[in-house]
Amino acid sequence: MSTHPEPTVLARYAEGDPGLDDAAVWTVESHLETCPDCRARLTGHLTGDTRALLETVAAGIDRGIVAGPAPVRNPRAWSVTGRRWFTVTLAPWLIMTAAMIGCAVLMNVLEPQMPSLVLLLAPVAPLPGVAVAWSRRTDPAWELIAATPAAGLAMLLRRTAVVLAVIMPLLVLAGAYTGTSIALLLAPCLAFTASSIALGALIGVHRAAFVLAALWAAAIVLPTLVTAELPVVLQSGAAPAGWTLVAAVTTGFAVARADLFRRLTSGN
Amino acid sequence: MRTISAAETAPATYAWSVHAEQLKVKAGRHLAVDGLDLRMQNGVHGLLGPNGAGKTTLMRALATVLRPAGGKLTILGQDVGGRGNLRQARRGLGYLPQEFGFYPRFTVREFVEYMAWLKEMPKHTIPGAAQRAIERVGLTTRADARMKTLSGGMLRRAGIAQAIVNNPLVLLLDEPTVGLDPEQRLDFRELLRDLAVDSCVLVSTHLVEDVVAACTDVLMVNEGRLVFQGDANTLIDHGGPNDAGDSPAERGYSALLRRARNGGVA
Repeated sequence: MSTHPEPTVLARYAEGDPGLDDAAVWTVESHLETCPDCRARLTGHLTGDTRALLETVAAGIDRGIVAGPAPVRNPRAWSVTGRRWFTVTLAPWLIMTAAMIGCAVLMNVLEPQMPSLVLLLAPVAPLPGVAVAWSRRTDPAWELIAATPAAGLAMLLRRTAVVLAVIMPLLVLAGAYTGTSIALLLAPCLAFTASSIALGALIGVHRAAFVLAALWAAAIVLPTLVTAELPVVLQSGAAPAGWTLVAAVTTGFAVARADLFRRLTSGN
Repeated sequence: MRTISAAETAPATYAWSVHAEQLKVKAGRHLAVDGLDLRMQNGVHGLLGPNGAGKTTLMRALATVLRPAGGKLTILGQDVGGRGNLRQARRGLGYLPQEFGFYPRFTVREFVEYMAWLKEMPKHTIPGAAQRAIERVGLTTRADARMKTLSGGMLRRAGIAQAIVNNPLVLLLDEPTVGLDPEQRLDFRELLRDLAVDSCVLVSTHLVEDVVAACTDVLMVNEGRLVFQGDANTLIDHGGPNDAGDSPAERGYSALLRRARNGGVA
């Protein structure tokens, strides 16, 4: 910033003294643009004519504000955030998952003696969304995005958060409606999401989600439907704590090995 | 007017913007780039080669999309071959893939701004940088049109706009002139010369005349190896009257290719 002008120079500038040459006026003006203190000092030197002119202008602006149209709220800020967080390719998968949760609730109501389908479905409910969150098959702009510095674990987690933000409230609603334990719905759901990301570091998230969903269906869902008895991993007691532990460990692994996610295309 | 940061005026601490030694890159299971040595500084570099020579795979590796299967690759002084941090190098990169996907409902401006955000540009500079990039490729009148309404040539130009939005130090353009009409190609060559003043531009193309007209340096690859690097006049000098082609540069190109196929390296 330039040095502050002398008070006498400032006073002569305020009066419009013709003795002040152009170079001196420019120096004062370019300084005033950057220095609020000197602008405040300048107001002390204003002449009556300048004050009258400023008041007329202020009154005119006030009239214009009152008479003019109200300011339009800018919807851009919202849409920018939406575009950055929400990927359009996720939408159909989230709708499909929501429909499946709806069907499970319906089955629960129609066949109350059967083991809760909502409970069996909850762990794998976020997996379709997680699988398409970052995959070269489903994201049309994958090659552009993969070359940017923002690509990596942070982007995967952001997209996963969007999936969870849609699926988890639906599960809570389904749990409340059918009287299922909320902890038994959400803890396995989080554990499977975190595990598929952690396993995804090694074999690709797309493949990891598919493998985990297939394992769950073969090891838990089928036997439960055959025997009509809930397995121990879905009974209240120690189960929610166990699932939470799995979620914490796998999240820790994914964060610790964030370097494995820098080139998400390999294996996806 | 833009404030210039200290980082921008700092001298570079690396000798080559792009430096590859014995680079090997796989496309699927096939080793598409096999022991390629490459050194590039600022300027326009034209990448020529027949189909399947490994041009696109090389571009993807330079853009840090593919992990090299072997060798050493340094971009802007950062090692990008292994599992190191790619962030610093990627911030200085601009990349236009051969076939680039996009979100069809985004407008051109939204698309370029989104890419600028992904390239981690400071938030307050994004709208201005996007507008500047769109103006440079001549899409100002279509800036608020949705991507799905654009013609092939316009899409290509939107792709170039997203590549240059962060003023990249290394700009990789894979077949940028596909779909551009002759007048736009002339404008594009002008843009390339302009960009190359302070960045390293690598343009992959099939059109030999584009390379001769706009590039200060010609690279030729065949079967994953660099078979020629030199200026356009040297390329022309390689051609004899009996070589295939309608222009001196095309004759030089086919002479070099024939020699590479016969096992010799120029």
